Amino acid sequence: MAEQLIRLTDVGKNYRKGREAVRVLDGINLGIDKGDFVGLMGPSGSGKTTLLNLLGGLDKPSQGTIEVDGKVVSALSQGALAKWRSGNIGFVFQFYNLLPVLSAARNVALPLLLTSLPASRRKQHVNTALRLVGLAERASHYPRELSGGQEQRVAIARAIVSDPPILLCDEPTGDLDRSTADEIMALLQQLNRDYGKTIVMVTHDPRAASYAHRVLHLDKGELGAAQQ
Amino acid sequence: MFGWLTQTAALAALNLRSLPRRPGTAAVAMSGIAALTGVFAGVLSMATGFEKTMSGSGQENVALVLRSGATAELNSRFSGEQADIVRYAPGIARDVDGDPEVSAELFWVVNALSKSSGAEANVALRGIQPPGYGLRNNYRLAEGRPFTPGRFELIAGRGARNQFAGLEPGRTIRFGKTEWLVTGVFEDGGSVFESELWCDVNVLQSAYQLGNGYQAVRARLDGADGRARLEEALAGEQRLSVDVWSEREFYAEQAEDTATLIRLIGIPISVLMAIGAVFAALNAMHASIVARARELATLRALGFGSFPTALAALLESVTLAFLGGVLGCAVAWLALNGFQASTLGASFSQVVFNFAVTPDLLAQGITAALVVGLVGGAFPAARAATARVTVALREL
Ligand SMILES: Nc1ncnc2c1ncn2[C@@H]1O[C@H](COP(=O)(O)OP(=O)(O)O)[C@@H](O)[C@H]1O
Ligand SMILES: [Mg+2]
Repeated sequence: MAEQLIRLTDVGKNYRKGREAVRVLDGINLGIDKGDFVGLMGPSGSGKTTLLNLLGGLDKPSQGTIEVDGKVVSALSQGALAKWRSGNIGFVFQFYNLLPVLSAARNVALPLLLTSLPASRRKQHVNTALRLVGLAERASHYPRELSGGQEQRVAIARAIVSDPPILLCDEPTGDLDRSTADEIMALLQQLNRDYGKTIVMVTHDPRAASYAHRVLHLDKGELGAAQQ
Repeated sequence: MFGWLTQTAALAALNLRSLPRRPGTAAVAMSGIAALTGVFAGVLSMATGFEKTMSGSGQENVALVLRSGATAELNSRFSGEQADIVRYAPGIARDVDGDPEVSAELFWVVNALSKSSGAEANVALRGIQPPGYGLRNNYRLAEGRPFTPGRFELIAGRGARNQFAGLEPGRTIRFGKTEWLVTGVFEDGGSVFESELWCDVNVLQSAYQLGNGYQAVRARLDGADGRARLEEALAGEQRLSVDVWSEREFYAEQAEDTATLIRLIGIPISVLMAIGAVFAALNAMHASIVARARELATLRALGFGSFPTALAALLESVTLAFLGGVLGCAVAWLALNGFQASTLGASFSQVVFNFAVTPDLLAQGITAALVVGLVGGAFPAARAATARVTVALREL
């Protein structure tokens, strides 16, 4: 049996809307093994992004605990969380979120600025990551000079450059056409299979979800069984 | 800590890289700060230049004897006999022939036309005695010839010659009922005397029916205790009651009032402009933070800290302010340094002086700009640091 990497216990999340507290997630219990590839589906507004943000330490649960690799991350301070994120989580967003003023290589290098690696080693890591996503020859291109699929590859390179064990992807193919989406999914699959990345991926697209080992359904803040 | 320093440096570099994406607000903030710095440096350079002219005017070892209580030559009076009592008093240096180095003088205010405005302005017409030249250490005849004693002739100071019409050597100029021939132009190391016209004191007496009257007596002091000896001797004198100034002190004191007035008018203007510049900086930084909210949130998601984010925003603001400050200083320096103007001095006559944009002033101007940058950047920086990452990531 595989080792459990992520453990959510009775996690809930409320948002304040004016005076009312809106319950977005309720009583979530979930375990994710090391090396798992989990798809997360559900209607708009069901709380998928919220859950992903909690997993990635971008936000804290209103109740319950989140443990990652034995560490209770839901108890960390904001500052400690930032540091923890930089070493453990790679984010991939629907709209890539690359910095337009930086070349592909510099975008990819951003997470390494938070490490004590010397510049020469940083360069090596950046080259490795860009080669892995198949964009080595685009290193000096700026985001506006790249296609959507290429931008997402750069974003993936950025997510893996500091070699975090976990990748969190929020609709990574949501803005791409079908064949480009397939390429991105193949890349994620490769990262999961060959590099042992644990992946949690939100998606609306059943085709993308089919790459996952299992698919969870979120509805009205509650986690349902997979309907595959 | 090493970590947040490198983070701040990386974030600040990013901020500066994205400055050209928002040229409008950045330019408005920069020009606001530049204007503030320029006016600030301009006003202060005027006050400084005026002070420089005045304080460069007096000499430590020249006594200026005025009637007791007089704050200017204009409201001092001596009879001929009183002037002679001063002339032969102890403590005064003698020349090679054994004559006292003393010039009993008249300070008369006449009207001349300002070249720049065409308006009438008060100009000092000073009557001197021959030792008067030597009592001004830097006196030099720059054009023409000296006035001839006993004739209606005068020489014009360099500043007066530049600022007022009709003072070219060879021309005649009418003051009241008399025509004067301008025979030359003199310089005196940029001192206040360069704002004056000089003539023979006896000619001035007869031109204005002043009898044998004077207003001030200038005397070279004899040695370090000269002033004390002169003061003591004149204090014991029943026939006159005088104050013995060191010429340097006298002009320094006169400079102070006018310089203070310039600053009193200039500083509120600068403060108002500073408030405007703070808002321009605030607006530019706010725009910068809002436009890049998503980018900043992405960086925070990657693990960049909120403190470095705030610090980098502050650095961006301060950099903008610094650039604006340098621009303002450069404009002030190019436009104003050495620019000649005249203003009414304490003696109700025009003092011609040069704006002095000194390194000190530039440093003060830049400091003012940096303060504006800090104040204007503080609120947006705090906002950048406290923005919720999850919220900012949702916004498109
Ligand atoms: N910061 C917030 N404040 C208040 N409500 C929020 C906030 N963020 C998300 N929500 C609400 O929480 C619900 C879940 O949002 P989200 O997790 O983005 O859903 P999904 O990603 O599944 O579409 C939505 O109703 C959304 O409006
Ligand atoms: Mg979502």
